[in-house]
Amino acid sequence: MKTQEYSVIGTRPIRHDGADKVTGRALYGADFQMAGLLHGYILRSPHAHARIRRIDTSKAAAFPGVRAVMTADDFPQAPDRLVDLGEGDTPLSYARGNVLAKGKVLYKGHAFAAVAATSVHIAEEAAGLIEVDYEVLPCALTAPEAMQEGAPILHEDLKTKEFGEQTGRVSNVAEHFRHVMGDIEAGFAQADVIVEREFNTATVHQGYIEPHNATALWNNDGRILVWCSTQGAFVVRDVTACLLDVPVSRVRVTPMEIGGGFGGKIPVYLEPVAALLSKKTGKPVKIVMSRKDVFEATGPTPGSYIKVKIGARKDGRITAAQAYLAYEAGAYPGAMVAPGAMCVFAAYDIPNVVIDGFDVVVNKPSTAAYRAPGATNAAFATETVVDEIAEKLGMDPLDFRLKNAAKEGTRRADGPKYRRIGCVEVIEAMKKHPHYSAPLGGPNRGRGVAVGFWFNVGLPSSCTISVNADGTVNLVEGSTDIGGTRTSIAMQAAEVLGIPAEDVRPTVVDTDSVGFTAVTGGSRTTFATGWAAYEAAQDIVRQLKERAAKLWETDAASVTMERGIFRAGDKSITFQELAAKLDQTGGPVVGRGAVNPRGVGGSFSGNIVDVEVDPETGKVTILRFTAVQDAGKAIHPSYVEGQMQGGSVQGIGWALNEEYWMNGSGTMMNSSLLDYRMPTALDLPMIDTVIVEVPNPGHPFGVRGVGEANIIPPPAAIANAIYHAAGVRMNRLPMNPPAIMEAIWSQRD
Amino acid sequence: MHNKVRVRTTINSEPQEFLCEPRQSLLECLRDIFGLTGTKEGCNDGNCGACTVMMDDRVVTSCLVLGVEAEGCQITTIEGIARGSELHPLQRAFLQNAALQCGICTPGFIVAAKALLDREPNPSEEQIRLWLANNLCRCTGYDKIIRAVEQAAQEVRA
Repeated sequence: MKTQEYSVIGTRPIRHDGADKVTGRALYGADFQMAGLLHGYILRSPHAHARIRRIDTSKAAAFPGVRAVMTADDFPQAPDRLVDLGEGDTPLSYARGNVLAKGKVLYKGHAFAAVAATSVHIAEEAAGLIEVDYEVLPCALTAPEAMQEGAPILHEDLKTKEFGEQTGRVSNVAEHFRHVMGDIEAGFAQADVIVEREFNTATVHQGYIEPHNATALWNNDGRILVWCSTQGAFVVRDVTACLLDVPVSRVRVTPMEIGGGFGGKIPVYLEPVAALLSKKTGKPVKIVMSRKDVFEATGPTPGSYIKVKIGARKDGRITAAQAYLAYEAGAYPGAMVAPGAMCVFAAYDIPNVVIDGFDVVVNKPSTAAYRAPGATNAAFATETVVDEIAEKLGMDPLDFRLKNAAKEGTRRADGPKYRRIGCVEVIEAMKKHPHYSAPLGGPNRGRGVAVGFWFNVGLPSSCTISVNADGTVNLVEGSTDIGGTRTSIAMQAAEVLGIPAEDVRPTVVDTDSVGFTAVTGGSRTTFATGWAAYEAAQDIVRQLKERAAKLWETDAASVTMERGIFRAGDKSITFQELAAKLDQTGGPVVGRGAVNPRGVGGSFSGNIVDVEVDPETGKVTILRFTAVQDAGKAIHPSYVEGQMQGGSVQGIGWALNEEYWMNGSGTMMNSSLLDYRMPTALDLPMIDTVIVEVPNPGHPFGVRGVGEANIIPPPAAIANAIYHAAGVRMNRLPMNPPAIMEAIWSQRD
Repeated sequence: MHNKVRVRTTINSEPQEFLCEPRQSLLECLRDIFGLTGTKEGCNDGNCGACTVMMDDRVVTSCLVLGVEAEGCQITTIEGIARGSELHPLQRAFLQNAALQCGICTPGFIVAAKALLDREPNPSEEQIRLWLANNLCRCTGYDKIIRAVEQAAQEVRA
């Protein structure tokens, strides 16, 4: 199908769950109620690193209104093995240890005991009566600190894996890997200009407005029923079953509406605890995190220490690039350094590359994905170095990027060779945009640009569609809808069936009611679950052709369908008319789609940003912001724009304000939404968007994921704009007023 | 155990009477006693605005108001914004402009924006941004929310 032939795709219907969400009727996890509900409270470590010598829960258990108290000892102690946590494998002991610590606590906020009581206030009061004897240990809070000889060791059994081999060396470095392509020394020898810079970026949080929550009922038939806000109901099912040592079929997870995730609601924290408290009490148990818990004890994205060195010839060709990426995993291995390494030079065609990645455990919360995890840190480094080289060569920064832009056939240092990608198209769209040539209009102002790449993922998705007699269809899927994906999925089915988007009724269901569907993450939902809906709709069309053939006493192969009209010879019947005749032609029609697509297409994005830097205070104001991104094909352009605008603003917050401000003993000093300063409406201009469409050959409608790549360029684009406004090259995030003033003053000295 | 206090108030134009502990917030009372779960908890310290409701003619974060303080007040929550089965122009404008993604902040934004339009039917972009700076949204970058409020203001004026 050609783009202009679409009748549903590319339009902007009202989202199917819209009325419920603007009237307050939509039910999110914390809204779930049940008769006899008990409330859980989780007790957390006040220390960043400590051995727990003794826990005495007797006073808490005796407190009026308390129904159960538990610790990590209540978990079945199944032998250690690797488990899939939704975005890769982790040892069971780590997954269990992060849910409730045993023996040692590894960060401030680390959970280790829980109480269930008749009210949340009673549970909290009782938790305060749990007596704990700690042996406080020294802590390591940053990657460079934790990598030093003699640093406090978090896990006595963690041995460094180097280049894929076990070294047997106990340290905080879980892994050191290296990607090599070409000859790095020869590459730098060819360069006329070489720039090498060091960068530090702070830990930041996804900042979703809805805290984590879970309600569980250990039913009298032995089944465990869970209602929660999650990016992946099947991940919650599988991890809960694993930690409780029961088969997955014993757990049913109902995903409630979810109030934001951005990667942070993939890990499981509360569900296994609520389930065990329910088992002990015979009642359903609900646990809701406080905002402080969300900051201190869920998975922010890694802080990092990065070195990037790039060399280029006078003609503007990059000859070599080298990166050293040390990312803070938090308390358990699994920093997002692997994707950081995949993305650090992903926008460029560079012949000679070395990338070293280090996954380093530190005494901070165990990190999780955050929108293109690992890539934003890396691009901040690369894109500011690229800007500096372009300046030294006297080239326009976009021309320099165009000259080196990755294209179809470009090989990345981590292995893959690109299929059709939109890097060049995105940079060309930036160049063409009136913003790029508009006057800045005042002193202390500067303009910066940067680009970013995210590879996106495929993974399994399932969908069924049943036809109603009134010509509408019900679509059942398993991807929790964080940003309008019910609609972008339904629209793909509607396009195939030739009916309006409004005639498809999409529902996200529990894990008993749909085939396995992986997380809403990796920008995969519109791509992969949309593809499952496409397949299910094709299945419906196939069956309906048979029904039409039966009506007309002809061969199904002679029936065609276009835009909802079935034809054979001079006969025709609409989708609606045929739907009304299902009973007489053989009964209900149900279509199914189950996919594990390999044709995922990466997405490039770019920003043009104008800033004004106050030379007296160091405050940076965003004056104008343009976001460009390759969507492949924008199914619902409004929600594509929304992803671009939301990702851009998260990137602006990361660039200018947000950080885990830790004191020396590992306490986050700004664990409230007042002090962890996320952008408000007043801090921002409108965010202009340009959707570029370079169709992904690996998807029936050309879709690429659009959820993530948009967060990558803002910190670098803003840093480059700050340079042009104030003359200082920033090498740390956040670039808040003290950091800017320090840079300005040190340049004056 | 704590003694409960009797509170008489009006919620979404209906006279109501309830018992609550002195330590319970209005947010808890609305959600747990009345099942009005459209009012959301995002931070419980007044910084995110997800629990925004009207208390007489004041915009308040209901997590910072005690249930007992509702005595004699007129409370309006997101559930009281639509006119019967017809959506309020703000609700329609939020849908038409795709001004929500996850939707958790939406009730707070709509209640706060309605209070703005009740006071100032023709707000500038700057006025809207200042007024809504008490409400955090992490999904949209605010662009489409501002446009939705502008569109609704136009409709309300017409």
